[in-house]
Amino acid sequence: MTRRRDRITEALWAYAFIAPIALGLGVFYLWPVLQTAYFSFTEWGAFGGHEWSGADNYVRLIHDSEVGRALVNTISYTVLGLVSIPLAVVFAALLNRKMRGAGVYRTLFFLPVVTMPVAVAMVWRWLYNGDYGLINYLLSLAGIDGPNWIADPATALYALVVIGIWSSLGYNLIIFLAGMQAIPAEYYEAAALDGAGPVRQFFRITLPLLSPTAFFVSVISVIGSLQLFDLVFVIAGSGASARANPAYPRLQTVVALFYDRAFVTNERGYAAAIVMVLLLIIAALTLVQFRLQRRWVHYA
Amino acid sequence: MPSRSRVLLHTVLIAASLVMVAPFVWQLVTSLKSLSEATAVPPTLLPSGRWGNYGRVFDLLPFGAQFGNTVIVALARTAGQVLLCSMAAYAFARLRFPGRKVLFGLFLSVLMVPPQLFIIPQYQIMSALGWLNTLQALIVPGLFSAFGVFLLRQFFLGLPPELEEAARLDGAGPVRIYWSIMLPLARPGLLALAVLVLLWSWNDLFWPLVVNSDPDTMPLSAGLASLQGQFQTDYPVLMAGSLLASVPVIVVFIFLQRQFIQGIAQTGIKG
Repeated sequence: MTRRRDRITEALWAYAFIAPIALGLGVFYLWPVLQTAYFSFTEWGAFGGHEWSGADNYVRLIHDSEVGRALVNTISYTVLGLVSIPLAVVFAALLNRKMRGAGVYRTLFFLPVVTMPVAVAMVWRWLYNGDYGLINYLLSLAGIDGPNWIADPATALYALVVIGIWSSLGYNLIIFLAGMQAIPAEYYEAAALDGAGPVRQFFRITLPLLSPTAFFVSVISVIGSLQLFDLVFVIAGSGASARANPAYPRLQTVVALFYDRAFVTNERGYAAAIVMVLLLIIAALTLVQFRLQRRWVHYA
Repeated sequence: MPSRSRVLLHTVLIAASLVMVAPFVWQLVTSLKSLSEATAVPPTLLPSGRWGNYGRVFDLLPFGAQFGNTVIVALARTAGQVLLCSMAAYAFARLRFPGRKVLFGLFLSVLMVPPQLFIIPQYQIMSALGWLNTLQALIVPGLFSAFGVFLLRQFFLGLPPELEEAARLDGAGPVRIYWSIMLPLARPGLLALAVLVLLWSWNDLFWPLVVNSDPDTMPLSAGLASLQGQFQTDYPVLMAGSLLASVPVIVVFIFLQRQFIQGIAQTGIKG
C-alpha cells in the first residue's frame, strides 16, 4: 500500500518538475508548428485577418521564380559549404597531438564561431569592398583586378560561402578533435608496430573511425546551412534596398525570402508555405544522408 | 617528431591562424582610422588612433540601452533555461511516471523542426499580449528549450546513483534530491548549457528583428544591423560598433573556453 502511494507521489512530483517547461514548449513551440502548417493554407488580408485558401499558396510557390532562385541559392550554398568538413578534418588531425601552442591554435580557429554573425558579416563586407577592400588590395599586389565581390552576380554566392566556411571551420574542428581523441591509442601503436607511417595511419585508422563523426557533422551542417539568414540580411539587406544590389538574385536564401514575405510584405500565409517547403527539404536531405551513410560510415 | 616536419606543421598552422584572425585585426585597425584613411589606396596599415569612432557609435545608436538589453535578455534566458531545463531533465532521467516516453518524444520533436516554423505564431502571441517592443518579448519564448532538457538529461543519466539512494534512505524527497544532490553534481553540464544559451541569446538576430523595431528595446545585434542600412559607407564607425558588440562574448569565451568546447563537443549543436 505505501509502495503504491510512493509511486503516485513520485509521478506527481515528476509532473510538477516537467509542467513549467512542458507548458512553455507547448504554447511557444509545439502548437505554433501546427498553426504554421494551417496558415500555409490561408491568405492574409491587409488588416491581419486570414481566410482559408486551399492549396493556392503552394500553387503560387511552384510558379514563383523568386522561390526557385532562393532554393537554388540555398542549396548551392549548402553543398559548397561542405568543403568545410574535409578542411576541418585536416586541421583537427594536425592539432591532435601534444605540441606547443595547440591550445592557442584551437582558440584562434574557434574565435569566428563565437563572434556575432552580424559583426562577422559587416567585417567581411568591408574586406570584400570593391574599391577599398583588403582582399582586392592584396590581389592587386599580385596584379589581379578583383571584382566587386558581393555586388557582382558572378561572385556573390561564392563570397558568401567563404564567410560560411571561415565561421564554421572551428566548430567542425572541435567536434572532429573530440572524435579523434575517442579513438583508442592502441590502434595506432599496433599499426606503428606493423610499420605503418603517420599518413597510412590517418587513412587506415583515423578516417574510417571518424566516419560516424563526419556523418554527424555533415547532417548538422546541412541543416544549419539551409537556414542561412543573418549573413545575407546584413550583406544584402532586405526589401527595397536589397533589390538595388544587382547580385541580390544570387544572395537571397529561403529564410531571407520567408522574412521578407512574413514581415516586410506581410503575406504571412505565403510565408508559412515557404517554411513548410523548407521543412520538407530539410527532412528529405536528412533522410537521404541517413540512407547514404550505409555506403561510407563505419561503426566500430 | 623530426624537427623539419615540426617546422612545417607550425608553418601550416600559423598560416591558417593568420587567415582566421586577419578579419579581426583589420576590423580593429579600420575602427581607429578616419574615413579618408580607411578609403586610401593603397591602404595604410597603422591607423592614426581615432578613438572618437567608438564615441560616434553611441551617437548613432542608443548603444548603452541596447547593450543593457542584450545583457538582461541573455542573463534572464540563461537563468530561466538552466532552472526549467534541469528540473524537467531530472524528472526524465530519474523519476518514473506514466507518459514519460511520449512526453520526451514530444520534446525531442521540437528539436527536429527548423525554428522558422515557430516564428509567425510566436509573433502573434507577442502581439496579442501587447509585448511587441518590450524585453519580455525577447526573453519569454527563449526561456523554454527542448535542447536544454535533452542535454541535461544525458548529463543526469551519466551521474552515479549511489548518492541519491543514500539520501533517499535518509528520507529526502525529490525536491531535496534535485536541489542539494543532483544540481551540485551536474555543475559542469549546467555550465555548458549556460554558456551555449548565453552565446545564442547574445548573437540572435532573427527574433529581435521581428518583435522589436523600436531602437530603445532592440538588442545589439538588431541595432548593429540597422546601422548597416543607414550608414553603409562609414566603415570605421561600423567596425567600431561591431567590435564593441561582439567583444563581450569573445571575452566570456576565452575565460570559459573549456565549458564552451565541452558543451559543443558533447552535443554537437551550435544553434
